[in-house]
Amino acid sequence: MKRIIANGQVLDQGELVKRDILIENGNVAEIAPSIPADGVDEVIDAKGNFVSSGLIDVHVHYRQPGQEQKETIKTGSMAAAHGGFTTVCAMPNVTPAPDSVNNIEALIKLNHTDGVVHIKQYATITTNRGGDELVDFKALKDAGAFAFSNDGNGIQKSSTMYEAMQQAAKLNMAIVEHVQDDALTYGGVLNGGAAKRLGMKEMPWVSETAQVARDVILAEATGVHYHVCHASSKHTVNVIRAAKQAGINVTAEVSPHHLLLSDANIKEDNSMYKMNPPLRGEDDRQALIEGLLDGTIDMIATDHAPHTKADKDQSIATASFGITGSETAFSMLYTRFVKTGRFTLSQLINWMTKQPASVFNMKGAGTLAAGQPADIAIFDLKDEHEIKESDYLSKGKNSPFTGETVYGGTVMTLVDGEIVYQK
Amino acid sequence: MMQITKPVSFENVVSMEDLSTEDVLSFIHEAQDFKTGKQIELKRPVYAANLFFESSTRTHTSFEMAERKLGLQVVNFDPSNSSLSKGESMSDTVKTFQAIGVDLVAIRDKKNEYYKDLIADPNVHVGIANGGDGSGQHPSQSLLDMMTIYEEFGHFEGLKVAIVGDLTHSRVARSNMEVLTMLGAHVYFGGPKKWYTEEFAKYGEWMPIDDLVEEMDVMMFLRVQHERIADDENGSFSAEKYHAQYGLTAERESRMPQRSIIMHPAPVNRGVEIADELVECDKSRIFEQMHNGVFVRMAIMTSMLRNRDLIKEEY
Repeated sequence: MKRIIANGQVLDQGELVKRDILIENGNVAEIAPSIPADGVDEVIDAKGNFVSSGLIDVHVHYRQPGQEQKETIKTGSMAAAHGGFTTVCAMPNVTPAPDSVNNIEALIKLNHTDGVVHIKQYATITTNRGGDELVDFKALKDAGAFAFSNDGNGIQKSSTMYEAMQQAAKLNMAIVEHVQDDALTYGGVLNGGAAKRLGMKEMPWVSETAQVARDVILAEATGVHYHVCHASSKHTVNVIRAAKQAGINVTAEVSPHHLLLSDANIKEDNSMYKMNPPLRGEDDRQALIEGLLDGTIDMIATDHAPHTKADKDQSIATASFGITGSETAFSMLYTRFVKTGRFTLSQLINWMTKQPASVFNMKGAGTLAAGQPADIAIFDLKDEHEIKESDYLSKGKNSPFTGETVYGGTVMTLVDGEIVYQK
Repeated sequence: MMQITKPVSFENVVSMEDLSTEDVLSFIHEAQDFKTGKQIELKRPVYAANLFFESSTRTHTSFEMAERKLGLQVVNFDPSNSSLSKGESMSDTVKTFQAIGVDLVAIRDKKNEYYKDLIADPNVHVGIANGGDGSGQHPSQSLLDMMTIYEEFGHFEGLKVAIVGDLTHSRVARSNMEVLTMLGAHVYFGGPKKWYTEEFAKYGEWMPIDDLVEEMDVMMFLRVQHERIADDENGSFSAEKYHAQYGLTAERESRMPQRSIIMHPAPVNRGVEIADELVECDKSRIFEQMHNGVFVRMAIMTSMLRNRDLIKEEY
């Protein structure tokens, strides 16, 4: 099968230039100003739209197996494709958890058969994501684990984290941590300002930053690649910056919602603004943006966390933590940050493609170039449209961005040269 | 911070509406370059004239300073002693200056969009920098305001900016609310509510001054005409009352966030929009705005020089 994506605009040295892309046997065969259509099976007219390397999201939650009412691998990956993502990394908080060779092999198989995009699978750090019994790191790596994480929960006991890091370091695998010291959350749900305003319990920033501080020291001692999930506080940014300056192998991601919103946006008891970690202050938001710009934070990852209507149709006090992200990330970030001149398009794309690929050493992802797999997203940067709930392919409709007017809708997504989403 | 190095080139600079986000940021970056010592060398002597059909000492002087700093030869023009008093049209005045060899003009006039006819006229080739048209546009003022904010915060996205005062008669309010929104800032309004019409409601909400001072990053005050205050509220409204109700008092200033700033396009009615002692307080950027005005106007003139390929070297 030979395809040409014609008349697209691709990023070249930070500038958009007109290019045709020839796809052959699932790979990009050629990128040139003009490619003749002789002997080609299909010509896709990109009509001057932006053609990007497919986006990468190192943090999604597909609820299968265990909570298929919230999301399945199929719906989750369709949502990813709708957002222009071609590679995602699925967190291990499913039941049964991928904490054994049997479980992860079954899950990887399901990811492969049901997923419409590339899905890499995290293994847990401890058995059943709780307690302090470490998994068999070597066996899980050999079974195909992408990295190790107990996402949804932090590792509470220092010695457990220390030993996990020692094992992961030996195998050259990353520890990807949802940083949260449970004793310091005090059962809180919101950042200080919003908590006070709405009369809810506060989840203080120390619950995140104190554990990051512990972990970077343990990472220094073990030499492991330690990755911080969804940084939310300016203090966390400072710790990561200092750790990087000290030469510690630490990397970090930030979510679109922590870049786009602060707790000042929570005007009323609306659980679409409830996630963990919570939205923090405007100064925290600015510090996260600065962190991305100066390289302290390496990438953007959505923390796509679908829930049922019943789980979210409650007060912030009791509703489930988490919001979806796959289908709104690019258009919201493009509209709010690139259209306004805060980021360049090339910076944004870098944080959503090349950076995650290079930090996690993903082969064949994150670059649009001849010889690479044809994982491609086409975005319409000119068309203004409203984000509608009815457009979501995810089972989860829990997004605070529904109703926003944005640019940068996905026109088409291809994985290995095959169309997996088309508007 | 995002750096845009693409040099701006414009045939004329007459309206903020013609500028993209990228253009605005490029103008700011170029003005910052001039502020830190950038110079240009011209290919040949270039002549500029400042045609202020409506007087404005500040803007006029600032344009003239910008032109001289760029090495342009400035040709004088006095509307009160010109042929205008003999009934010559603006278009003929501009063509006259063009005919005698002027390359660029800065124009200020009472008539809204006076520049449209000039730009459409195939016989007008001089570069036109709009120094203000009626209640319409004032791009150099708007750009100097943006530069001052950018210097302070390094970005616009997410900033809260209040525009307080005589909204309806202000060029500044209109241009600034549009460009600030485009750059991702959140705009709020203050001052007498009767001046907050629907056209402003589209861009942001009105809030009492006492709430604004506690939340805004930028408090941008507009000059209030004394005669308009008198018009207000059954004629019994004094400058003192305006200050107490809508102005920046020392007490209000004390409640502003640490990093916030105060702006005003000047001239300030001391004790009306802003308390006398606050005009030069730590938070005030009023004189910095005027300082930046020269560099922004250098950038505007440079964009037109570049467009006409009159620059030999930039360093």
